[in-house]
Amino acid sequence: MLKRLLAATFLAAALGGVAFAADAKPSDPQIAHIAYTAGNIDVEAAQQALKKSKNADVVEFAKTMERDHKAVNDQALALVKKLKVTPEDNAISKSLTDGAKKERAKLASLDGAAFDKAYIANEVAYHKAVNSALADTLIPSAQNAELKALLETGLTLFQQHQAHAEHLASTID
Amino acid sequence: MGRILSRGAIAGALMALLFVPVSSAAAAEHQITIAGMKFIPASMALKAGDVVIWKNDDMFRHTATARSGSFDVDLPPKTEKRVTITTAGAVDYFCRFHPAMKGKLEVEP
Repeated sequence: MLKRLLAATFLAAALGGVAFAADAKPSDPQIAHIAYTAGNIDVEAAQQALKKSKNADVVEFAKTMERDHKAVNDQALALVKKLKVTPEDNAISKSLTDGAKKERAKLASLDGAAFDKAYIANEVAYHKAVNSALADTLIPSAQNAELKALLETGLTLFQQHQAHAEHLASTID
Repeated sequence: MGRILSRGAIAGALMALLFVPVSSAAAAEHQITIAGMKFIPASMALKAGDVVIWKNDDMFRHTATARSGSFDVDLPPKTEKRVTITTAGAVDYFCRFHPAMKGKLEVEP
């Protein structure tokens, strides 16, 4: 429980802290980069879970995360190509990537039920952090209507992912 | 006169061809669209033997899966599938990938 709280706090700080510290709103090329990076991190987390977990519900959840986040990112890539926008690396993307690297290393050291618990707890915290960033910062800042619409579609999906992860967390404990 | 009659006869035959198969088919078709992570409409009344067409307009893969196990429809993005619902009664269904997506069929005999 303490571990989970710490993980949640850490992620909220990693994502929210940077997001809210920046006075300037992120630009569309930065938003595209943040959204793609955030999706990719969850695809990689899912792939790690698919290698390590033997829990059927966790495996099924990880497959859904991999499939859904890939689908959104495929759309994001098609959109930036169409809009001729080059995604731009930025402080939020960097902090997301750094946070994910640490989380992946932590999860790599765990096995069995301990891994399942930590993976799902992180999925809850991660989706929560990404969803607040989308609702509070990224969607209001997006200038292009198609980018905004894609982010909104993503938020609807990720809120369900968060609820799904929260339900799983309650069954694994 | 003869031409008019024969044209009328042809038109009649065509009308018969067009309408007879439809009017003789008792099964109705009902479409349920999936958009924005929702089944629309979420609840539907139909008769046993009717056909439900699930149409997935989302960019995500979904399923329409009966809790009773009577159907499990795989719906890749931008596809649709037809299922004949044969058993009467209320059927709750959901998406296996996104369990918050729920729907209901009220099947009358």
